[in-house]
Amino acid sequence: MSNLQPKPNYAVRLRGITKRFPGVLANDHVDLDVYPGQILALLGENGAGKSTLMNVLAGMYHPDEGQIIIADRPVRFRSPRDAIEHGIGMVHQHFMLVESITVVENVMLGLHHLTLPTERVRQEIITLSQAYGMQVDPDAYVWQLSVGEQQRVEILKLLYRGADVLILDEPTAVLTPQESAELSKTLRRMATEGKAIIFITHKLDEVMTFADQVTVLREGHVVATLPIEATSKEELARLMVGREVLFRLHKDVCQPGAVGLELEGVCALNDKGLPALHNVSFHICHGEILGIAGVAGNGQRELAEVITGLRPVTKGRIRVGEQDITNQSPRAIIEAGVSHIPGDRSHVGLVLNLPVSDNLAMKAYRNPPLARGPLLKQNALHRFARQLVESFRIVTPNITTPTRLLSGGNQQKVVLAREITAGRGVLIAVYPSRGLDVGATESVRRTLLEQRGSGAAILLISEDLDELTGLSDRIAVMFDGRIMGIVRPEKVTPEEIGLMMAGESREPAISQEVGS
Amino acid sequence: MNEALVVSILVITIRAGTSLLYATLGGILNERSGILNLGMEGIMMMGAATAFAVAYHSGVIWVGLGAAVLVGMLLAAIHAFLSITMRADQVVSGLAMTLFGTGLASFMGQRLGPGGTTMVGLQGPSFQRIPIPLLSSLPFLGQSFFQQDVMTYALYILVPMLWFLLYRTQPGLHLRAVGENPQAADAMGVNVSATRYLSTILGGALIGIGGAHLSLGYLQGWADNITGGRGWIAIALIIFATWDPLRAVVGALLFGGINAIQFRIQAAGTTIPASFLNMMPYIFTIVVLVVITWWEAISKRVGAPAALGTPYAREEKR
Amino acid sequence: MSIVFEKRLVRARWAPILVPVISIFLALVFGALLLMAFGINPFEAYRVMLQGSLGGGYAISETLVKAIPLMLTGLGVSIAFRMLFWNIGAEGQLAMGGIAASYVALFLSDRLPAPLVLPLMAILAIIAGAVWGGIPAFLKAFIGVNEILTTLMMNYIAILWVEYLYLGPWRDPAGYGFPGSAPFPESAWLPRLTGRVHAGLIFAIVAAFLLWFILTRTRWGYEIRVIGENPRAARYTGIDIGKNILLVMLFSGGLAGLAGMAEVAGLTRRLYGLTVGYGYTAIIVAWLASLNPWGVLLVAFLMAALLVGGDQIQIALQTPAAVALVLQGAILFFVLGGSIFINYRIRVIRKADSSQPSLEGGGQ
Repeated sequence: MSNLQPKPNYAVRLRGITKRFPGVLANDHVDLDVYPGQILALLGENGAGKSTLMNVLAGMYHPDEGQIIIADRPVRFRSPRDAIEHGIGMVHQHFMLVESITVVENVMLGLHHLTLPTERVRQEIITLSQAYGMQVDPDAYVWQLSVGEQQRVEILKLLYRGADVLILDEPTAVLTPQESAELSKTLRRMATEGKAIIFITHKLDEVMTFADQVTVLREGHVVATLPIEATSKEELARLMVGREVLFRLHKDVCQPGAVGLELEGVCALNDKGLPALHNVSFHICHGEILGIAGVAGNGQRELAEVITGLRPVTKGRIRVGEQDITNQSPRAIIEAGVSHIPGDRSHVGLVLNLPVSDNLAMKAYRNPPLARGPLLKQNALHRFARQLVESFRIVTPNITTPTRLLSGGNQQKVVLAREITAGRGVLIAVYPSRGLDVGATESVRRTLLEQRGSGAAILLISEDLDELTGLSDRIAVMFDGRIMGIVRPEKVTPEEIGLMMAGESREPAISQEVGS
Repeated sequence: MNEALVVSILVITIRAGTSLLYATLGGILNERSGILNLGMEGIMMMGAATAFAVAYHSGVIWVGLGAAVLVGMLLAAIHAFLSITMRADQVVSGLAMTLFGTGLASFMGQRLGPGGTTMVGLQGPSFQRIPIPLLSSLPFLGQSFFQQDVMTYALYILVPMLWFLLYRTQPGLHLRAVGENPQAADAMGVNVSATRYLSTILGGALIGIGGAHLSLGYLQGWADNITGGRGWIAIALIIFATWDPLRAVVGALLFGGINAIQFRIQAAGTTIPASFLNMMPYIFTIVVLVVITWWEAISKRVGAPAALGTPYAREEKR
Repeated sequence: MSIVFEKRLVRARWAPILVPVISIFLALVFGALLLMAFGINPFEAYRVMLQGSLGGGYAISETLVKAIPLMLTGLGVSIAFRMLFWNIGAEGQLAMGGIAASYVALFLSDRLPAPLVLPLMAILAIIAGAVWGGIPAFLKAFIGVNEILTTLMMNYIAILWVEYLYLGPWRDPAGYGFPGSAPFPESAWLPRLTGRVHAGLIFAIVAAFLLWFILTRTRWGYEIRVIGENPRAARYTGIDIGKNILLVMLFSGGLAGLAGMAEVAGLTRRLYGLTVGYGYTAIIVAWLASLNPWGVLLVAFLMAALLVGGDQIQIALQTPAAVALVLQGAILFFVLGGSIFINYRIRVIRKADSSQPSLEGGGQ
């Protein structure tokens, strides 16, 4: 790990930035120097603290400790507006654009005129786009633009307001390869003109091709800051993921049985109509856990949704045992024995205002003993609920307590209890220990292993590499909607996984299983 | 085709459409900023009652109109307060406003006549039709568009003004942004609450004027339930107009036309019972709604302001 | 210094009781101010209202009479609201029920054995109301048309239809030209219990029980509750939302239709003066009762007292009965405004307050 001597002509400097959220230390005394004319990549896994740090720099968050220094004086940003006035602006992953109005109108938002200075702003936009090689039709409505063009509008908004430091959060996440190449050219031109560029990424490719300098964050602190010429993808991957010893739960060698869940060439679109899954194929045997690794946003959510019937499949087949469940209704898939622990437990997995007992019954209420014909037997329901509360050790004052009053860990236990009891063989678990404390996480992981022991076929989608390597029999790494490779955790190095997560596919070609 | 017939239908169409248009324009201002206002019927009724009562007792029609504006603004302010600051359910708040407004108007109607009696049957100051020299001699258009009362003429200026305000000024841009994506607008430094308050209150003024035109211009008097659902029809018209002031004119003319045709058919003597003729606007509204919604589902672009009806609160994420 | 609303971690326990009470009190204060502005003594007014609605056997029975349609339509509206389907059309559904029942009473009753008349009236009324509510439900479920506007427009159509009937073809030939249908034959009379309180009260109580039973003891009720609280979770768990919208509205409209039948068969015993705004008041009733079936019965009774009191003021003090409607609106406003306090609390932030991370950046 090298320490750079701060050069005198920095654009902005961060010293000791610390930011805490409930239960999480997102940034831990981070130092960073940003120089004009330089493209800096901020690299790290999920939860490493990259976005938080940049949000602090851009005025969205206020640091608990530390300083932002410009021209040798500490500055305090009360809001993004202050940051912009000091020349620092951020392009977020989710664009802040009003789609129903034009590019010019979006750029003009927040100004203080009476009549709109449309002509003047249009000219300025044209000038700027030509200066930096970003073609955009100022009179186009934003909803008509491609994602790449929309991103250019976001950048133009900042340039129009005189930003000298531009921060981009995962800029290529939504771009095609051609658009990424164009962006790279644009960024290079801006840097040549003296702007300071910072971009947040988890893709090693980009770091090596776009950036001049890279800072690697891990678990809230800076692990290294290196010039690109002085490092390699492998070194970066190792720094990013960085565990020498992976924590392993004691796991029996499993005897997988017949195939429980199988996907063949599955393709699907995301909410914006762009491809989210490309030709995904894998199978999971009974008594086996297949982990899906990868940075969030590479198709994991869509994968869970196509299997559980919440999203249509455009090509390919999904089978549970012998039964084809492709594009069936959620109800039919539930009846086929598939359980789903959703990634968004508050908004999808639970009805927070209803009592714990009602949430526990959400899958079981259609059948005896809870139901008898159209009737719902309250006594049976309460008995059922009490049983689950006891066997899964859910901490709640009462089974009639509104679920929103339970702790996150116990809410997740409710979901787990319900899904495990309802399932008949196939379990899709999406970020099951997200937001839980150590104890709750332990119990979730133990439960998954127990289910594996009883013969369930489990798909485990997680952002936590420890969890994946500890629990899974095999790990499939997803990047950009594709399976980069399927490996055995004990036979693969963190570096290799890091590479796959960042876009490097294993030789030979994609979606091949790696044996010994 | 009998020219006189066409002209007379056009004349009534424009007269009937005037109050509808004022209300619809007011509603468009509201909804463009993201505030759903289901209280329009109540505000319109109060506008009508207030305008008539004040005009009758003061003898000056403009004072009555001014009172309607104030009342409209006040009622809208209440709705704004509940919807924006108190983050109450905008549907229930609007419905409450309708019940409250119609009840209060009815109350006033029975007690604000001379000596505390009813206002029904009274004759107060009213807006008379004033032909505009030269223009009114034009065939068809001249005789219908330029032989109206002052309030209708005001619309000829108001509609382009509103269009200009909405699409060519900074405040109008902010208004549109706030209704579509309050988060983006907030990030760019626009004051979301202030914008919504302002547009709701100004909208209320216009709705009040719409009611005033009923009792001072079109119907010239007071009757219980004078608005007869026009406030609700205006809400449907907002959707029909796809939240655009210019298209609102078309909608208002359309519904004004239905009214006019109703009268004409009745006046011409017909076996169709009056009640069924009176149903026409409402049936038509349903048809319009179905067509628009179905069209919206297909074309995906003709739509309500995206943030309509959702309260906005800036909360630090995570 | 600024005042902000801050989300509570735990809902205030006292709020669901205290908020309505304070709101009603504030509404009464507002009403008093209004009355004073019109030169009416508020204390006198309120005393007359109270006495006229709750003071003595006759008063209470009159209140019950007005409460019956409110209870039935309130129950109907409450179950629709639970599913976030804004049924503003109870008024029209009631009217259609009244029309259907009247049709049986006026034109079929002589051809039927007497014991069948009332049941047939009830059944047809329920079906009529259900269909009237089902049409907007269908439009919403399958095309997505805004149900507030459609149910509302259907109201106007239904009201006009009723008027047409009792002013036109169904007008009593022996009525000296006065509006209203011929009186119903005795076989079409809903028996009275005491005073003018008719068996519709029993319908209301049974309906409340039925609703309570469905909501708490059946699978359907469970699904309704889930959809209303979290439609995404409902979909995740395999519940068919479109089908439920239709079913719930058939039930809701049916209840309102039954209310219409009860009015014409129990109270007026002819078709006249059916649409007096019960359907709209029902919305307030349902909302104030927090959509709870037993709460609806209670709140309906109180609202009826308000309405009867309003009538009394009209008679005794020559004050328009509409004051009751104003009070209803005011109560709703204050309860709405007060409801924020259940989930949020007020926090005053002073500029120099360093414990507020959202105002000052962390120090050194």
